[in-house]
Amino acid sequence: MKPWDKLVRGGVLCAGAAVLALSAGTGAQAQDKGPIKIGVIAEAQSVAGSSIPQAAQLAAEEINAKGGVDGRKVEIVSYDNHSSAAESVRAFQRAVSQDHVNAVIASYVSEVVLALEPWAARLKTVMVTPGAASDVITENIAKNYDAMKYTFHGYLTSGALSGLVCDAGKDILVDGLKMKTAVIMSEDAAWTTPLDAGYEKCLPKIGLKVVDHIRFSPDTTDFTPIFNQIEAKKPDVIITGISHVGTQPTVQWKSQQVPIPMFGVASQATNSTFWKDTNGAADGVLFQAVSGPGVATTEKTLPFVKAFHDKFGNDPSYAGYTAYDEVYYLTDAIKRAGSTNSDKLVAALEKTDYVGTIGRIQFKGKGDPHVHGLKTGKGLITGLFLQWQDGKQVNLWPKDLAKGKLKFPSFIKVSSSQ
Amino acid sequence: MLFWQILIDGFAISSLYALGATGFTLIFGVSGVLNLSHGALMVAAAVGAWALNSELGAGAYLGAAFGVLTGIVLTLVTYHVVVRPLQLSARIREEEKEIFILTATLLWGIMIQELIAYFFTNNAKSVLPVVAGVVRIANVRTPANEIFTAIICWVAIALLWFIVNRTRAGKSVLAASMNPRGVTLLGVELSSVYIAVWVIYGVLVGVAGVLLGMFLGVSSYSAGPLTASAFSIVVLGGLGSVPGSLIAAYAVGYLETITAYTISPAYRTIPALLLVILVMYLRPRGLLGRR
Repeated sequence: MKPWDKLVRGGVLCAGAAVLALSAGTGAQAQDKGPIKIGVIAEAQSVAGSSIPQAAQLAAEEINAKGGVDGRKVEIVSYDNHSSAAESVRAFQRAVSQDHVNAVIASYVSEVVLALEPWAARLKTVMVTPGAASDVITENIAKNYDAMKYTFHGYLTSGALSGLVCDAGKDILVDGLKMKTAVIMSEDAAWTTPLDAGYEKCLPKIGLKVVDHIRFSPDTTDFTPIFNQIEAKKPDVIITGISHVGTQPTVQWKSQQVPIPMFGVASQATNSTFWKDTNGAADGVLFQAVSGPGVATTEKTLPFVKAFHDKFGNDPSYAGYTAYDEVYYLTDAIKRAGSTNSDKLVAALEKTDYVGTIGRIQFKGKGDPHVHGLKTGKGLITGLFLQWQDGKQVNLWPKDLAKGKLKFPSFIKVSSSQ
Repeated sequence: MLFWQILIDGFAISSLYALGATGFTLIFGVSGVLNLSHGALMVAAAVGAWALNSELGAGAYLGAAFGVLTGIVLTLVTYHVVVRPLQLSARIREEEKEIFILTATLLWGIMIQELIAYFFTNNAKSVLPVVAGVVRIANVRTPANEIFTAIICWVAIALLWFIVNRTRAGKSVLAASMNPRGVTLLGVELSSVYIAVWVIYGVLVGVAGVLLGMFLGVSSYSAGPLTASAFSIVVLGGLGSVPGSLIAAYAVGYLETITAYTISPAYRTIPALLLVILVMYLRPRGLLGRR
């Protein structure tokens, strides 16, 4: 290369770098004055995921109708990830580098959130998940807080879920139905590992002996062998941990008339379409949830459900409730931080104390093994326990929010005298 | 007890596999088309049956009939829009047509799958069973619908056998699969033979899809695995051989059921896939393959 060429090339490079630096500078400046941008990456085709961008949009419109945040509008930029971790990572990169979002709300699938977590750290962008459950998400933050602190777990971890299932199980199954034995039935996925460990620990504590533990592939279509294996152990109850599957085991439970009730986490059962998807086989299924139709968990719950229904014509999924709250407490944190700077935003989010649609939101602090996970318990988030009855989701627990009584289809044999 | 459970459950699921794979192998045997949209067509039939009943309240029978109709119509669309234009195209070289059709049907299957997910979400759905309740066979509580599934599968397969071996139209189909040129020389319009085969295939796909929806339930995600399982059964039995596919369907169905009962439901599909590999290694043309 000739010296002249070198010089020209160097000059061009310098000029280029200068332009880049300049544009980055003005970009950052513009960002502090323009709208607050929140990226939403979600599974738009699934029932649970489709509520996420919708609920976020609803929250943004409500905030904007009241004048925005310090005069700045809230703008939602959504990306459909087609339930793929790879597409989610691309969407995350695009959201940060091209669309200049200030924070990201991402996915209800643990595998997807785990794939995004290092990117939130690398790109120093706050990410909140409205629906993933794996405990590993918060464990990763605890292991390397300074790098990973940008991720927040806006939904219950599996460990917390198992605890809430046991709390309800104590009241409904052990005290109410005098049950003594249980079989754990869960799908083999990232989120059920800590869930099952939690079940194994807390079920014996409430007085339910675990007589068998069946993990099956999420691709399973024929559940006949699984139910037969469970029935052979003669448990009083099946404790579930299912999310990828739901319709199929429920339909086969009914068509084979398995005489044992199902109780636990069954994400698909929280969908309002579950009755139709299963042709009514859902009747009698008991499931943990953070919300239920007509249940005023807080004063914000029912107005949100109504607004959502008016706008979109259906009810929000569980991840819809959390996504809606997340837009509110994210923008509130930006307001308190007085900046969209990610580090300041993390500090402000850690001080969140916000009553949302599913309860009172506070994050576990630095030093906790599940730092940035939601605090649970009385006065914070307790969750609900619902049962499908004649096409409706009826809340049974906790007692002060109950809307009906336990009722099983005729093929279920509950012998409380055992 | 365990023996009877495996025998009964395995029979129902194997019959369903057999019906699903029969159509797939038939269409390959006669017209040389490996239809990779097979699973998507089955899912579409099941979702059609589900939608008419759940969304419009049409009842189990009308829903099932509509599901089968969906299967037939979509299969004919597959033939006329995707397969036929490629077969007739003068711009694609003859020896490359197979790979073009393979790719086209694969993409077509993905399109159907995505459309179903778009309009009906990717949640799993189940078709309302035509018969409800349970029957006790050898002390095994068997859903009546499982027995119904097995019976319909065998009726459909028997009908297919009858049509192919005993009717004039069927015989020309059989002849076309052996020697297309010979059939044309005998004055049979080859294109009408092909349409007849695709209609038969549509009926098989529709019935299999609806029964699958009743028995196990389907979602848009099922499309790929369904094609894959039909493909491995057909490869195991010998491409193009209907009896081979029937034997292979039972081998795979029972192997899966035995694994699920005696080892773990998590490893259900593994031994069957190992069997496919083993057969490929020792007998590449499949159990009853002609070549």
